[in-house]
Amino acid sequence: MISFQQVGKTYPDGTVAVAATDLTADSGRITVLVGPSGSGKTTLLRMVNRMIEPTSGSILIDGVDVRSKPAPELRRGIGYVIQNAGLFPHRTVLANVMTVPRLLGWSKEKARERAMELLLTVGLEADHAKRYPFQLSGGQQQRVGVARALAADPPVLLMDEPFSAVDPVVRKDLQTELLRIQSELEKTILFVTHDIDEAILLGDRVAVLNTGGTLEQFDTPSELLAHPKNEFVEGFLGVDRGVRRLSFFSSGAVPLRPEPVVAVDAPPQEVLARKGTQPWLLVVDAETKPLGWLPAQQVPADGDLSRVPAADLVSYGHAFTVEAESLRAALDSAVLSPSSRAVGVDADGRVVGVASVEELVPAIRAAQDGSSPENGR
Amino acid sequence: MNVLSEAWGWLTTAANWHGSDGIPTRFLEHFEYSIEAVLLGALIAFPLGLLTGHTKRGGLVVTSLANVARALPTLGLVVLLVVLIGVKFRAVMIPLVALTIPPILLNTYEGVRNVDPQLTDAAKGMGLRPWQVLWRAEVPAAAPLILTGFQFAAVNAVANTAIAAYSSFGGLGRFVIDGLATTDYGEVAGGAILIVIAAILNLMFFAVLRRVLISPGLQPRKQATA
Ligand SMILES: Nc1ncnc2c1ncn2[C@@H]1O[C@H](COP(=O)(O)OP(=O)(O)O)[C@@H](O)[C@H]1O
Ligand SMILES: [Mg+2]
Repeated sequence: MISFQQVGKTYPDGTVAVAATDLTADSGRITVLVGPSGSGKTTLLRMVNRMIEPTSGSILIDGVDVRSKPAPELRRGIGYVIQNAGLFPHRTVLANVMTVPRLLGWSKEKARERAMELLLTVGLEADHAKRYPFQLSGGQQQRVGVARALAADPPVLLMDEPFSAVDPVVRKDLQTELLRIQSELEKTILFVTHDIDEAILLGDRVAVLNTGGTLEQFDTPSELLAHPKNEFVEGFLGVDRGVRRLSFFSSGAVPLRPEPVVAVDAPPQEVLARKGTQPWLLVVDAETKPLGWLPAQQVPADGDLSRVPAADLVSYGHAFTVEAESLRAALDSAVLSPSSRAVGVDADGRVVGVASVEELVPAIRAAQDGSSPENGR
Repeated sequence: MNVLSEAWGWLTTAANWHGSDGIPTRFLEHFEYSIEAVLLGALIAFPLGLLTGHTKRGGLVVTSLANVARALPTLGLVVLLVVLIGVKFRAVMIPLVALTIPPILLNTYEGVRNVDPQLTDAAKGMGLRPWQVLWRAEVPAAAPLILTGFQFAAVNAVANTAIAAYSSFGGLGRFVIDGLATTDYGEVAGGAILIVIAAILNLMFFAVLRRVLISPGLQPRKQATA
């Protein structure tokens, strides 16, 4: 746990980068510092490993003041990842990752073994180990940066815009990877970003900072989206916060109806019966996996669905996995389909049922009114 | 007979390869003076360059010092010092050393100062002490530039050791000076050729040094095509 107690930083030129701030980053969780450029995020982060000394207040890690040991010693126990990785250009990837273990006096063999293991953890391959940083893409360098920070297994990780310099597709990968690693390692992570979407995706809790280093709100992403404390936070969250918040609610509450679902080999009389009551039929295969929508008026008069060419079926867009995926995924599924209906499937991809946009509304309403979301993210 | 064949004649005369003023002795002298000049210059310039580059302070002092040293006329200084202190080793060594200082000082200072700040930040943030940041991050990263500074210094030293022979000093320059005095153009040209060879050997030495001392990680173009 990292606690900031009335921590402030005024630079010698008089700039107040951080106004007296109280903040607690919980153990084993990702705490995100987000805010516009110049809002003191970097300053706040770098005071933890004493790259910057506060001008007031104190910072404790698990109850111990960071000033209680020499800075280099403190830093060896804290992982540190920065925007462009800052790898040693003259050292191989492996040697880069071995840096802190070697500083801590580990044997070469042990450090190497650990480094190899970590390269795999961060999604690199064994033959990347011998390469030099310039032979890697930006995203790969960033992975090495993460591996290097994790090498000595520090409980605390400081990350300053680690994914800001890579393109959006790679960034998405790195974010997913970080969440996967975090679910295994449960580090206490302090993560700085100026990107509110990244903050909401990664943060267990998010601290929104304003220019002048003032903390505007510190909450879970869902709370932030539901109840921004002031105009600044609301503005910073952007216009679609209502829809985005739905990603914090399980799709378990969506009322799914099985009636519109018919198997492609269903008896004709059954097909004709459904046709009478449903404007759209979802045709599924023998394993109840979705094939596509069929408008009722296009159902053959004899009710034999096997005669309908695959090309006549209307795409269902994408299905959502019931429970595992969020209300947002369910809503998206409905919005994207020409039938305006969402297709819910189980973990094996078998159709559970369908729901129209109108039928989703009560579940969405309940989520917005409910005090807290049901699932983490 | 043209000058080249005269030079050839002089170079192939067995007598010129023996004794205290023979070619091998002069060659060794030349390298001894050059190496001493570079080492003495490095003793002053390298630590000063590291200190100013690492702290990013004192840039003005460094550049002024280097410019002054660069502006010194070698020959003038040699003559002046010989007049002042007589034909002594010091009289010649001081100007030579003065000439090796600017390239080493400037390149070390600029090299270390311009190391990617993200690299030094990460190094420090991982828990390297200032001394370790210097030797494990800044110096290796700046090595190509620093080595170039040493190479310039050595080129200066080799070239100016030849000039310094004007003051009854040893080295390969002696042949040129003595040959001119006795109008033995074979000796003049032969000496000049030896000086060129010394300069080429010097460059080859640095090419090898570059391969040995500079990490493949800092030689992207070579690596990329390899
Ligand atoms: N070394 C410094 N000296 C003076 N002002 C600084 C220094 N470093 C940062 N600042 C100022 O402090 C404020 C906060 O900076 P920073 O913590 O880098 O913000 P962020 O990371 O949120 O962009 C900015 O106004 C910045 O200009
Ligand atoms: Mg910043």
